[in-house]
Amino acid sequence: MSTHIEAPAHAGAPTAAKGSRLSAHVRDYAARVRGGDIGSLPAVLGLVVLCVVFSILRPNFFSPGNFANLFSQGAAVTLIAMGLVFVLLVGEIDLSAGFTSGVCASVLAILLATYGLPWYVAVAAAIAAGTLIGAVLGFLVAKVGIPSFVVTLAAFLGFQGLVLLLLKEGTNITVSDSIVVAIANRNLPPLLGWVLAVAAVAAYALIQLNRIRRRAARGLAAAPLSIVLIRVAALAVLLGGAVYVLNVERSLNTLIASLKGVPVIAPIIAVLLVVWTFVLDKTPYGRHLYAVGGNREAARRAGINVDRIRISAFVLCSSMAAVGGIVAASRDHSVDPNTGGSNVLLYAVGAAVIGGTSLFGGKGRARDAVLGGAVVAVIINGMGLMGYSSGIKYVVTGSVLLLAAGVDALSRRRAAATGNR
Amino acid sequence: MSTSPPLLELSGINKSFGPVQVLRDVDFTVTAGEVTALVGDNGAGKSTLVKCVSGIYSIDSGQVYYDGRAVSINGPREAAELGIEVVYQDLALCDNLDVVQNMFLGRERRSGLVLDEATMEELAAQTLAGLSVRTVKSLRQPVSSLSGGQRQTVAIAKAVLWNSNVVILDEPTAALGVAQTGQVLELARRMADNGLAVVLISHNMNDVFAVADRVAALYLGQMAAQVPIAEVTHAQVVELITAGRSGDLGLPGAGSGEDHGLNGAQG
Repeated sequence: MSTHIEAPAHAGAPTAAKGSRLSAHVRDYAARVRGGDIGSLPAVLGLVVLCVVFSILRPNFFSPGNFANLFSQGAAVTLIAMGLVFVLLVGEIDLSAGFTSGVCASVLAILLATYGLPWYVAVAAAIAAGTLIGAVLGFLVAKVGIPSFVVTLAAFLGFQGLVLLLLKEGTNITVSDSIVVAIANRNLPPLLGWVLAVAAVAAYALIQLNRIRRRAARGLAAAPLSIVLIRVAALAVLLGGAVYVLNVERSLNTLIASLKGVPVIAPIIAVLLVVWTFVLDKTPYGRHLYAVGGNREAARRAGINVDRIRISAFVLCSSMAAVGGIVAASRDHSVDPNTGGSNVLLYAVGAAVIGGTSLFGGKGRARDAVLGGAVVAVIINGMGLMGYSSGIKYVVTGSVLLLAAGVDALSRRRAAATGNR
Repeated sequence: MSTSPPLLELSGINKSFGPVQVLRDVDFTVTAGEVTALVGDNGAGKSTLVKCVSGIYSIDSGQVYYDGRAVSINGPREAAELGIEVVYQDLALCDNLDVVQNMFLGRERRSGLVLDEATMEELAAQTLAGLSVRTVKSLRQPVSSLSGGQRQTVAIAKAVLWNSNVVILDEPTAALGVAQTGQVLELARRMADNGLAVVLISHNMNDVFAVADRVAALYLGQMAAQVPIAEVTHAQVVELITAGRSGDLGLPGAGSGEDHGLNGAQG
C-alpha cells in the first residue's frame, strides 16, 4: 500500500519556486489517500500496469488499430456503468441494467427494421423505453419497498424473456441504418478530432482558471495555480496523444479503404461524461444523490424527497443502459437475444466499482465508469490478443471485480480505522 | 429573572399515546438570550415535548405561543419557518459530504441551475465565525474526518444558519469527552449571548449548572418546576428530577417521602 501512496507524492513533488502551497496540496492528497480516500487511484494504477504488461507480452497491443478497437469494445459497458454509478450512489444496485440495454436495443432494431422509422425516432423510443423501465424499477424499490437486489434480479430474468419475445424466439434483427451504425463504427475526420481536442482542453483550462480567479476574488481557498496548470497540461497530453495515435492510418490496405480518425463514440462518451459530472458536482440534484447515499435519514430530515431521488437514480441508470444498448446494436450491426446479456452487466458493475464507485453508496463519480470501463476493455482486449479462451477471460474478469470490491471494502475499513468514518 | 417576554411559550400541553398520557398540562417558556435547561429522568417526556415543539408530534390540547402569537405547528417545516431548529442526538449529518455541503443540505444556494458554492462557503464561514468556532479547520473537509465535538459543532451551526430564533439541543454532550463538552457548552452560551433562545436537554447536572440560565424539570410528564438556576442547588434539581418535588418547589402531590406517581398508582 505504501508504494501506492508514494507514487503521486513524488510525481507531483514541489519544485523550488512553486512554494509551499503546491506541496501542501500534495501532502493533503497523500494524507487523504492514506486515510482510505483512494478515489480513482487503483483504477489508474491498474490501467498503467495492465497496459505495460500487455504491451510487453503482445507488442501489437499498442498499435493504433488496437487502440481504436478499445473504444468500440468498451463503449457499451462504459455507458451502462455510467448509469450504474447513479444507482450505486444512492446505495442500491441494478442487476437488470444489462438486459435493459438488450430490451431497448430490441426496440431500436424493431422500429428501424420492421417499421422502417427514421433513426432519431427509433433512438428516442429506445431511450424512452429505458426511462420507463427505470421508473418502474425505481417505483418498486422506493415506493413499494422491495429491496433493489430482488427487484432487479427479477427484472434480470424478466427482461431476458422480454428480449426473446420481442425478437420472436431469437431471430437476429439486422441494423442497417447508416447513422445508427456510424455511432460505434465510423471515425471523425482527422482535422475535426484535433479541433475537438483543442476545444476541450481550452474549455477545461478556461473553466478551471475562471474558478480560481472567482474564488480568489472572494478570498476563498482555491487550488494552487500550479496544480491547475499541471492538470490542464496532463489533459492536453492525454487528449493530444490519443488524437495523434487515432489519426494514424490504421487500414492494412489504403487502396481498399482508409481507416483513420477518432471513433465517433469517443466524443459521445466524453459529452455524457461532462454532462453527468456537471449534474453530480454542480447541481442541487447531484448533491441530494450523494446525501441520500451517505445518510438517508439526514437527507429526509433536510427536506429532501428521498423517494423521488431514488426513483430518479433508477431512471437515469436504465436510460443510460438504453444508450449502451444502442451502441451495442450499432457495433454488432444487429440485435440478438444475447445483446446486453451474459457478462455485460458484470462488466458494467465491475467498471463502476473498479473506477472507484463504492458499493456501499454515497461515493462515486461519472468518470469512475470511464476509467473502470477502460480497465475492463483493456483486460478483454489484451487477453483476446494473448489468445486465452473465454473460460480464462471470465475467471480473470471475475477476479478483477472481486479485487475492486475488496479494495472498496478495505478502504472503508481503513477510513474507519483512521477516524474518517 | 428576565424582564423580556418569552419567545416561545407552551401552555397546558397534553399528549397521549393511546392510553398512556406522556405530557400532562405542561407549561414551558423559553426566552431569547437565555439557555433554558430541560431536565428529567428517562421517560419523563423531554423528547416528546421537543417533538411537539418541532412539529413531529401533534398536541392533544394546549396552546403554543410564539413571540406572543398563538401558533399551531404542523410538521418540521412549519417549525423551521417559525425559526425553531432542533439538533438531534444522532446529528443527522452526511459523512460523505463536507462541512459546507452538510450545513446547506436541502436548502442549497444556487445561481441559476448551478450550486453557488462560493456564497455557501462564505455564509458557512460567517456563521462559524459568529459562533467563534475555531475547531473546524477546513470547511471543505468531509464530516467523516471530524471528531465528535466538531460534528456536534457543525450540526449546531447548521441549525443557527437559518436565522433560527429557538435552537433546541437534544443531549448535545452525551457522547463527548471533557474538552469537547466544554466547547459545545461554550457554543450554547455564545448562541444565547447572540440573542437566540437555547434549550439544552441534558442528563448532566454539571452541564446544566455550567451554562443554563434557567432550569425546567419534568417529572413523569408534568412540569415539576421551571426556575432560575441561581435559585436552586444541585441537590434540589436532582430531587426535582427524581421525586418531582424539593422543599417548596415542585408538584404539590409529589413528595420525596411518598413518591407516588402522577396517576397515584404508585405508593
